[in-house]
Amino acid sequence: MHVEEKMTYETWPAAPEKSTLESKNKFLGFWLFLGGETVLFATLFATYLALKDKVPNTSQHLAKDLFELPLTFVATMLLLTSSLTSVYAMYHMKNFAFKKMMLWLGLTVLLGAAFLGLEVYEFNHYVHKFHHTFTSSAFGSAFYTLVGFHGAHVAFGLCWILTLMIRNSKRGLNLYNAPKFYVASLYWHFIDVVWVFIFTVVYLMGMVG
Amino acid sequence: MTNQPLSSGNPSVDIEYRRRKSAEEMRYQIISFTLMIFLTLVAFAAVAMKGFTAWFTVPFILLLAAVQVVFQLFYFMHMSHKGHEAPTLFLFSGLFVGLTGILAFLTVVWW
Repeated sequence: MHVEEKMTYETWPAAPEKSTLESKNKFLGFWLFLGGETVLFATLFATYLALKDKVPNTSQHLAKDLFELPLTFVATMLLLTSSLTSVYAMYHMKNFAFKKMMLWLGLTVLLGAAFLGLEVYEFNHYVHKFHHTFTSSAFGSAFYTLVGFHGAHVAFGLCWILTLMIRNSKRGLNLYNAPKFYVASLYWHFIDVVWVFIFTVVYLMGMVG
Repeated sequence: MTNQPLSSGNPSVDIEYRRRKSAEEMRYQIISFTLMIFLTLVAFAAVAMKGFTAWFTVPFILLLAAVQVVFQLFYFMHMSHKGHEAPTLFLFSGLFVGLTGILAFLTVVWW
């Protein structure tokens, strides 16, 4: 099978994400990248855990004063659901249903954007109400680096998926862009994987004390 | 090659089979999503109900997170599928290095 081949529903392969040499390499390279991302986020988690609640004086707020369950819960549900919608998008990609794939990707982007909006609100709230900033304490630095890095990944993922959608809006599915959509959805799932540990380790464990 | 595993000789039969297979897989995805939502609810509930000690709650919610991530990796990211030997190696190598780092920071770094 060639990248340039004009595909139909009948000729569409069962694994379009790795049916050409280029896409096989892309698939492998992307997973290697995700392995590296795992190390990156683990080190940020390590830093956060070591510096949690390390503040210079008692006027500064600790994790248990800052975090609130409802906000974290809504953010978690948004991101978790966006993971499912991108599963749906890849389901339609495998069935060569381009329009349906775009629809579900659009939903994924909307949910991701809502998550990001909540995070912006949350950081703003901490800075203005609690004076918990990046430079106020070691705790603040570690917190904003870890959660902010994840937020930056969400922002990057949104731009990535949107760019793919716009670039390929009139092109339809082929073996050139199907692996691109697939890899972007893997990235999106990985963002959700990281968030599962953030809501558990940072927020829930923060509220436990 | 993995993309042409079926050869009944009749393309429309193959397509029908593939469609059914992927519809079936989608059902498993929905089930794993439901379980993930359930695990999340349990984790939040365990923290919201203040009756438990931290010694119970912390390992418990960490376990729930680990289970949820397994669902995410093996179903949503298809790591349970064939042809994912290298991804498994990459991811678990990363995890090994990362967990060593976390262990080091929690034990060697002190104030």
